[in-house]
Amino acid sequence: MATQTEATNPVPFSQGMKIGLFIPCYIDLIYPEVGIATLELLERFGLDVGFPLDQTCCGQPMSNSGDEVNAAAAERLFIENFKTYDYIVGPAGSCVKQVRCHFDKLEQTEDVRHVRQGTYELVEFLHDILKVDSFPWAEFQHPVALHNSCSSIRGLGIAKPSEIMGPAFDKTADLLSKVKGLVLVPVDRPDDCCGFGGTFCVTDEAVSARMGLDKAHDHIRHGAEYVVSPDMSCLMHQQGIARRAGLDLKYIHVAQVLNGGPF
Amino acid sequence: MGSAKQVDPAVAAEQFIIRDKVHEPMHDRFLWAVMQRRDREAAAIPEWEELREIASQIKEHTLTHLDRYLEEFEANATRRGAHVHWAVDAAGHNEAVHSILRDHGVTELIKSKSMLQEECGMTPYLEHRGVKVTESDLGERIQQLDHQPPSHIVFPAIHKTRQDVAQLFARTIGTDPNHDDPHFLTEEMRNNARPRFLAAGAGMTGGNFAIAETGTFVVCTNEGNADIGAAVPPLHIASIGIEKMIPRVEDMGVFLRLLARSAEGAPLTQYSSHFTGPRKGGELHIVLVDNGRSRRLGMLDFWHSLKCIRCGACMNTCPVYRRSGGLAYGATYSGPIGVILDPTFDEFKYSELPFHSSLCGSCSDVCPVKIDISDQILKWRRVMAQKGYLPFAKRVSFAVAGHVFGHPEEYHAVEKIAEPAVAHAPHFLLYNRSLNPWTRDRELPQLARQTFREWYLANRSTHAKPEHRS
Ligand code: SF4
Repeated sequence: MATQTEATNPVPFSQGMKIGLFIPCYIDLIYPEVGIATLELLERFGLDVGFPLDQTCCGQPMSNSGDEVNAAAAERLFIENFKTYDYIVGPAGSCVKQVRCHFDKLEQTEDVRHVRQGTYELVEFLHDILKVDSFPWAEFQHPVALHNSCSSIRGLGIAKPSEIMGPAFDKTADLLSKVKGLVLVPVDRPDDCCGFGGTFCVTDEAVSARMGLDKAHDHIRHGAEYVVSPDMSCLMHQQGIARRAGLDLKYIHVAQVLNGGPF
Repeated sequence: MGSAKQVDPAVAAEQFIIRDKVHEPMHDRFLWAVMQRRDREAAAIPEWEELREIASQIKEHTLTHLDRYLEEFEANATRRGAHVHWAVDAAGHNEAVHSILRDHGVTELIKSKSMLQEECGMTPYLEHRGVKVTESDLGERIQQLDHQPPSHIVFPAIHKTRQDVAQLFARTIGTDPNHDDPHFLTEEMRNNARPRFLAAGAGMTGGNFAIAETGTFVVCTNEGNADIGAAVPPLHIASIGIEKMIPRVEDMGVFLRLLARSAEGAPLTQYSSHFTGPRKGGELHIVLVDNGRSRRLGMLDFWHSLKCIRCGACMNTCPVYRRSGGLAYGATYSGPIGVILDPTFDEFKYSELPFHSSLCGSCSDVCPVKIDISDQILKWRRVMAQKGYLPFAKRVSFAVAGHVFGHPEEYHAVEKIAEPAVAHAPHFLLYNRSLNPWTRDRELPQLARQTFREWYLANRSTHAKPEHRS
């Protein structure tokens, strides 16, 4: 997990620092409540959070398909938008991974390096930087299945992948365990990919859908009512599958649980 | 580069999934169970991650000094009485094998599993020239009888149910089609194949490792057929890829501990046979094969794929492979390792393979020699994009999207005027052909009435000021 250490911001965090809120395009358009929950949650800790209004997309759909030429404009704009912030926080593992790990075709100027190293996924930021130990305002009286996305686990290292040997850890579960009433249900395949995979979910529709359906069945078999994830893009796919299959599961972002809404 | 038609793994995988309710779930569950066993076995070794690192370093070292180790191997194997042949490509390999057989008047041979011989298309080549070739391992024999290539590098017929095998054996070796007990089927296959062991004039094997300091090669199997093939006929021919070199005997301690645990979740393969020179009265030929390997060694982004010890763990852990079946890849090597190896043989033909991945990254984490498989898949996508092999719709839509994403005013304008169809779709999905693939098995998410940005302007507008450059 070299990416994790490389990305550690060399500037230690202090309270007065400027935090840039990174809201990925699909959260802006489809899940604004996740953006609101993230912003409110960060504000609860007294942080100075700004939202650059010119943000569009981190370039991931193109970059993930190997199309670096067409990803470049979005990537450069991202750097422009966020270069003046000390820390950049986004509620989306795969988009943060894109910035941290895949902005490597841009010229690595000081700004680019600063933005790459200073961009954090929300769970990492709460767990590793703020070291939050309680969420007294939050309560969630439901059985929850946790879905840490592959980008978050294997790209950012927020939980131990089952393939890697060593002591288990799971930063998302850690944070959720501090929420009153919340019960995490164990599942059979906690870190088997759900099949979203960005453009993969349409270019490889049959395989993607089968992976998503297996995931939903795993969750429902273990009595989950809610599926909670730091990555709404996986949930968008899983939710679409579950709705079509008539499975009664609700999908929300970890920020909504930790902030106590909005739902 | 070849001009063959592109392989379309997405379509072939869909066929595997919709075929019936049996094959894909069985395939997925079996391989998942193998992974569970692998995880348990690996967890029982406290130094597992260290072993992976050492294995990776040994392989990197050997590959970066390959010329030296190959010559050392040749010298030592020759000293022990083996005949060493060099083959530049598949044709060279097949010709070398054929001429050895011809010199010995051999018209029938028995072989055990070798992915390299598959890669070279050896069996059809020899059969064309009147040599009868019989696979001796159960899975390989099943695939041979069904005229299919192996679908997995360790479990060649894993995409078949035992009912499939019962039907196949009924058609080909005359068993009862309703008798699908695995022990019965295995026994029948043995009874059918054993006489050929005695009739064969030569036995062929592959080689998992070739030890430079002794000229030994090691063959790891569970059924022991390689040993019979090497021990019964007077002539033993082994095909070995040049990347199989390791420097010393003691390195085997690292690789043997990793191989079977990674491959099948067992502490060791049943047989780890070391062949050093011919047995008494026998003759041993070793064909060292390049077939694109030295070219791959020169590829900065991809040479690490040569570290592969063909354990198949990346296939077992791959959520896409488990749902696709290996035949969907339309190539000798399938699964994650296939995705990064196959394009080195034919970039155009296999240009779709790197897209048959959700990039979950599990393959890189499971690989016992720490090949950065997932990163290489993404790098292959970059190669395919540069070569213009991206599907046309993606190329055009990415060009539009790339422009819009780079220009916030256009982006926000697009958001505003979104047509009804767009208003129900995550727009980053719209670049692909159409929305049909999303909606076939999924409901569309609804666009929110108010975007986050609009909410922010309405609720936090004072904060918005300092960052807003217009
Ligand atoms: S790439 Fe790694 S995991 Fe896959 S078959 Fe080769 S050695 Fe095994």
